[in-house]
Amino acid sequence: MAFLNILKKRKSKAFLESNRWDRGILVFENTSEVIRAESVLKSEGWKIRVMGPPPEIRSGCDLVIEFPLIEELNISRTLQLAGIPPKEMVPVNSPLLQPVNLFQAKDFGQYLMIRAANMKLTIDKETQNIVNVSGGGCPDVPYLAHQMVNKSLAEAPSPKEIGHTLCGYALQLAYEEMRRKCSL
Amino acid sequence: MLAVVGTVPEQDFPLLEGEISLEDVNISIQGKCVSINRGTSALLAAAIKTADVLGQPAPYGYLVGDIGLGDGSCRLYEYLTRNLGQSNFKTITFHYLQPDVDWHNRVLFAIEEMERRPILIADAGFMYAAKMSGQSAMYDLFTPDVGELAFLADEEAPHPFYTRGFILHEEKRLPELIDRAYQHNNAARYLLVKGKKDYVADLHGIQATIDSPAEEAMEAIGGTGDTLTGVVSVLIQAGLEVSEAATIAAQVNRLAGYYAKPTPAAQVMAIVQHIPRALEKIIEKNR
Repeated sequence: MAFLNILKKRKSKAFLESNRWDRGILVFENTSEVIRAESVLKSEGWKIRVMGPPPEIRSGCDLVIEFPLIEELNISRTLQLAGIPPKEMVPVNSPLLQPVNLFQAKDFGQYLMIRAANMKLTIDKETQNIVNVSGGGCPDVPYLAHQMVNKSLAEAPSPKEIGHTLCGYALQLAYEEMRRKCSL
Repeated sequence: MLAVVGTVPEQDFPLLEGEISLEDVNISIQGKCVSINRGTSALLAAAIKTADVLGQPAPYGYLVGDIGLGDGSCRLYEYLTRNLGQSNFKTITFHYLQPDVDWHNRVLFAIEEMERRPILIADAGFMYAAKMSGQSAMYDLFTPDVGELAFLADEEAPHPFYTRGFILHEEKRLPELIDRAYQHNNAARYLLVKGKKDYVADLHGIQATIDSPAEEAMEAIGGTGDTLTGVVSVLIQAGLEVSEAATIAAQVNRLAGYYAKPTPAAQVMAIVQHIPRALEKIIEKNR
């Protein structure tokens, strides 16, 4: 029985370590930027590691940084503030995947809804007030909704400023598209 | 008993577990109140309303504050790995948590230690983590919207944000997406797909389509998917078979929306209030 438990634990550990689907890669222009970015991110407590790039990545330097993909928006903001924006941010398992870049608009008459990926933003066309945020599954979605709903599109904080996750990133795209449609 | 695991959008909200009650427009856990707007609190409010009608106990909650930084979710994951194994919940619904594959798997290991395996339901961030982990088949029910179904169907996508091109044309291709999600082992035993029409599906394809009444505004209202997950969780806890519970929950959520006559500016509480009436009506119709 004890032997079976040891086997189970070993299997579990291997299983836990083999799955890197929730990780992304930061690609930089040169090694110096990688080292600076590593230092900035580690000092802020991110779980990252420096590694060699996968074969699909054909640009950038010989080192990349692996990071928690879900927190792409937060990490991107941190690196922008530090003056070392990455050249690319891509998923580890499929580095050639691109973020969704198609939008869907739905006109409800008085209201307009824009959807980007899994996130939807709705405004009152007359007042340009944000009336609803829906979709998504990361914990910053209810937070973003709370911060943005009942504010005008011009005054509401952008998801890029206060969001943290890929759902926040998708909402940012919907927000930018809505502003473009409203000529803001 | 039904357990609901999720987050509330307040950075300083402590990690709490306990029975959830409904107080006006708030849910309450251990004396701490959370406004019902969307997310896990909307799910819980809908669950409580459903449980009241069915004479079921109120759901038991595991809640923590998280605004997307993932810190609260991590504490909750760690807490669950230490405590779920000794619990005896019949149904567990996982909801808004920061998707994290390692923690997700550790939680599943803790569930394996339970004396009796519970019925497992996943929605929102935890469903994303379940798919990314390759462990979707361990679940009894996922409740994706149509865009999230496209994510489940895309074997390459780590998140709906990276779902490939077909995401905006999925309504017509729904049977194909369901089939693809099952082919790549990225679906639970049952799927309740929320959208313009709701679908209940399993490995063999679409088993039920629920398309009336239809309130177009529901798509824009944050939290309407959460209320559906709340209703179906309680129906399953009450003993209904998963596919039947999913079909009835979709009917109830739609009817509650119909009674609320919402505009796209309505907030989800307006719909939650009509869940008891809608459920009574559906029960009466099925007698």
